[in-house]
Amino acid sequence: MKILIIGLNHKTANVETRERLAFNGPKLEEGVFGLKKIPEVKEVVVLSTCNRVELYTCVSNTASAIENIKNFLSGFHNIARSDFEKSLYIHTDTDAIKHIFRVSSSLDSMVVGEPQILGQLKDAFDFALSKKTTGVLLNKLMKKAISTAKRVRTETRIAENAVSISFAAVELAKKIFTDLSGKSFMLLGAGEMAELAARHLVNNGVTDVKVANRTYERGCELAKEFNGKAVKFEEFLNELIHTDIVICSTGASTYVLLKDHMQKVMKKRKQKPVFIIDISVPRNIDPEINKIDNVYLYDVDDLQDVVDTNILERKKEAEKAEKIIDEDVEKFTKWMSSLDSVPTIVALRQKAEEIKNEEMEKFRNKFPDLDDEKVKAVEYMATAIINKLIHPPTAALREDTEDRDELIAMIKKLYGINGDENEE
Amino acid sequence: MGTVLFELALTFYFAATIISIVDIFKGGKESSRLTIFITGAGFAIHSISIIYRYIAVGHLPITSMHEASSFFAWCIVLIFFFLEYRYKIGIMGSFILPIVFILMLSSSVFPREIRPLTPVLQSYWLPVHTFLAFLGNAAFAVACGIGTMYLLQEHYLKSKHLGDLFKRLPSLQVLDEINYRLITIGFPLLTLAIITGALWAESAWGSYWRWDPKEVWSLITWFIYALVLHVRLTAGWRGKRAAILSIIGFLAILFTFFGVNLLLKSLHAFA
Repeated sequence: MKILIIGLNHKTANVETRERLAFNGPKLEEGVFGLKKIPEVKEVVVLSTCNRVELYTCVSNTASAIENIKNFLSGFHNIARSDFEKSLYIHTDTDAIKHIFRVSSSLDSMVVGEPQILGQLKDAFDFALSKKTTGVLLNKLMKKAISTAKRVRTETRIAENAVSISFAAVELAKKIFTDLSGKSFMLLGAGEMAELAARHLVNNGVTDVKVANRTYERGCELAKEFNGKAVKFEEFLNELIHTDIVICSTGASTYVLLKDHMQKVMKKRKQKPVFIIDISVPRNIDPEINKIDNVYLYDVDDLQDVVDTNILERKKEAEKAEKIIDEDVEKFTKWMSSLDSVPTIVALRQKAEEIKNEEMEKFRNKFPDLDDEKVKAVEYMATAIINKLIHPPTAALREDTEDRDELIAMIKKLYGINGDENEE
Repeated sequence: MGTVLFELALTFYFAATIISIVDIFKGGKESSRLTIFITGAGFAIHSISIIYRYIAVGHLPITSMHEASSFFAWCIVLIFFFLEYRYKIGIMGSFILPIVFILMLSSSVFPREIRPLTPVLQSYWLPVHTFLAFLGNAAFAVACGIGTMYLLQEHYLKSKHLGDLFKRLPSLQVLDEINYRLITIGFPLLTLAIITGALWAESAWGSYWRWDPKEVWSLITWFIYALVLHVRLTAGWRGKRAAILSIIGFLAILFTFFGVNLLLKSLHAFA
């Protein structure tokens, strides 16, 4: 049994190819069962997201399995093999283990450290479990991939820092206000990026939303979307007195908010802190405002800087994550190779038990008058003898040595074990 | 035995202070946890040493500079643990433990011999008055540490220099809230300490107020913190200004504590 991963992702395939090979909706179930029908494929899990399609399988024969899976993909998705073959990557054995650990830990993602992939992998595994297309090996591999991802999450800071401008804005807001719930928020103007940032803030608990836009009607529309209220643009200064977070993107060519305006506002709001994000280009808010106490002004470049440093940080953390993954890959390969000797150990023990039972039967027939207590004592002794006899070979089998395959064969021969019947 | 315990507590606080300072520049959750653990051990030993001294001298051990500095430090650690339990801000130790360590260090250089209590100090007012005063001052000491954290975090946000320490420091709102709470706890304690002091003075010396330097400086401190609370409630002096005022207030306390005792002639000075 070998682990085989065939897949493609955003690095190896363009969107079109990814779309054509995706297993979405009802196709997932059909695909999983279709793959399971391939004779070489013993276990299968299918992961299909917008950035990647990966087939995690356990196969009896790698070469023919690869051929059959490719043919299946071509037939199932109705796409010529030549159209997708060069986008595929194929991993086996240790490579495959490492690959899935890197995927689950989000090191292989487009945005390194993004957390969604782990959930998607869990879903893919749960689906395969519910359809009973997995076995011992894939179950263990999937569980290990999930636990490794969690280890990476807790032992490195790979997912800690925001890597998009709107997330960076939310993060900064949390360093000023702790909890965003109950904070009031005003959207000044209605640019697309402002809308996105606003959505993130609302998702993080901001409740009181106001929209001040030059065209009042558009403001009303947006306000409705966020369950807020529209404000006349001319009145935004008054509203500022009751606003904690402002996102500005008006498209004006001059400053709409000046320092002395803001100073008056601050006095009226008793110096309660304000976080202002100016994502308009050219800027709409006088940068001098940042010098007023308790006012924190960030423009689009400031936020971009935050994002850039965070991306660098993630790269450093990714190196730590690779080390964790290497450790876990090694543990897993050890476990896998110990699997090879398990059937032999079981067979050896069975053989010994059989001999013991046979001899005990003979013993009982020879001395039928013996009382139970004495028979038990003899049986106890017999058990002790077989345990002592099979202990050294079992221990040798469990050991992780290079010549284990030879050892397995030798022990089978010496003890007259017919190994093959025990496999699978 | 008492000396050994004291030295041991001092050593623990020293180790915790060093780790907590290293923590500022290069650290993480683990080193913060280690700091708290070592401080906890130091605090336990310190508590035993104070109890030991209490038994040896027969009253609350705060009648010499050695005892008073040590007790002051103990009160600060007490409040530190209370805050740590409530807010779980690992990095906080880096800003408070240095104060604890300096107090303990100064305690260790003052003479430690036990001298008989002068008759005027033999009163039930002694533990009440001093405990209130020290606990209040300890709250202000912690407020000073928190104020420093606020100024640092505020500086990071304003200058947009968002490094590692920025990420580990809590939000401005939390720091401001803790600062405010500490002052609202410290202020009534200081007020009560001054009132009980006046009552004690009346029974011991025959007058409530004698313009003794300690009394004057306590009054100055009281006015500073009264001002902090007043401008906060009326003019909204929160955040940065409150943080600066809480640091100034603590400097006044330090002068009241060390300066008055060592430089000025005072009835409160330990003979």
